[in-house]
Amino acid sequence: MIDTIEALKTIGEHRTNEVVVPTMSVFLFWPAISKRPELDLHHTGCMGKASSLALGVALSQPRRRVIALDADGSLLMNLGSLVTIANQAPANFLHFVFENGVYQNTGGQPIPGAGKFDFSRLARAAGYRNAYEFDDLESLNISLGRIFKEDGPTFVCLKVSRIELPEWPEWGTSEAWPRVKEALAKYVSG
Amino acid sequence: MVTGSALKAKRIVEELKKCGITHVVWLPDTEARFMYDTLINEKDIKLVQVCREGETVAIAAGLYVGGKEPCVLIQNTGFLESGDSIRGLAIDIHLPLLIIIGYRGWKRVGNITDSAAIYIEPILDAWGIKHYLVETDADAHNISIAHKEAHETKRPVAVLIGREYQ
Repeated sequence: MIDTIEALKTIGEHRTNEVVVPTMSVFLFWPAISKRPELDLHHTGCMGKASSLALGVALSQPRRRVIALDADGSLLMNLGSLVTIANQAPANFLHFVFENGVYQNTGGQPIPGAGKFDFSRLARAAGYRNAYEFDDLESLNISLGRIFKEDGPTFVCLKVSRIELPEWPEWGTSEAWPRVKEALAKYVSG
Repeated sequence: MVTGSALKAKRIVEELKKCGITHVVWLPDTEARFMYDTLINEKDIKLVQVCREGETVAIAAGLYVGGKEPCVLIQNTGFLESGDSIRGLAIDIHLPLLIIIGYRGWKRVGNITDSAAIYIEPILDAWGIKHYLVETDADAHNISIAHKEAHETKRPVAVLIGREYQ
């Protein structure tokens, strides 16, 4: 099992100018790790739509890599998005799923089928170009350099341990959107 | 049945182009299926097909952030399925989104019996989503009006495609 915070730090170290779409538990920890907050598109889940939101950004900015930091329970709510993404086949799409087998935000109830199915196989079968699974930090760290460079859509399942969550913040997420839009507009016009 | 000018796909696409729409994010439905052949051959507008309607608003939100001008095309049943995406990824983030909705069950004359049609306008009203009806080529300009209003108000605005079977 990988520690969620360590996994996020490792992703953060490899990230350069990618847009990041974090969701659910990850959403609570990413701001303290991210070095490019102007490119972090926060949202509050909306029944597992991080992958779909990230797809939209990826289609709009084909020269910029987009990273979805998704969660297992969230992706199960929007599993069809794997096929939608594979059908669009954006080469700049990198999809991480943090799999801890529980709905962390609601107190740790198990997700349906926890431990009985394989996310990376689902992604591969849906048509993702690449699909990986990691359960130790060292292997993840060694592989991420290559994964960040290869054409996607790429799916990376991270087997992570459960983690104590901080209080859900009172602040909304809408303020991130104009900031990211402006940053991406500068990139396009520049 | 509506007499006079029917609603043609070409007329709708004309309006979408006037609005500068770059992407139509959709799931095919009975009321709007007549648009598919026209849209698929349209060079200036890309179709993004989804597996379930809730994906559409999220994809459109991402396209908008990235500098594109998307609209969503779904049936009223799909609108109901998309509720939390519309709340969190359109209304809450002030997304100026044109949502075109196939008005299943709509009738100009006679009692509407399909609950998908009975509930859609009250629900749009309850959510503060302004809506316009488009039945024929003559009122296709409502698409541009709705699009303009979406940008002026920074909110989603809906167009209901009330096209009876002919």
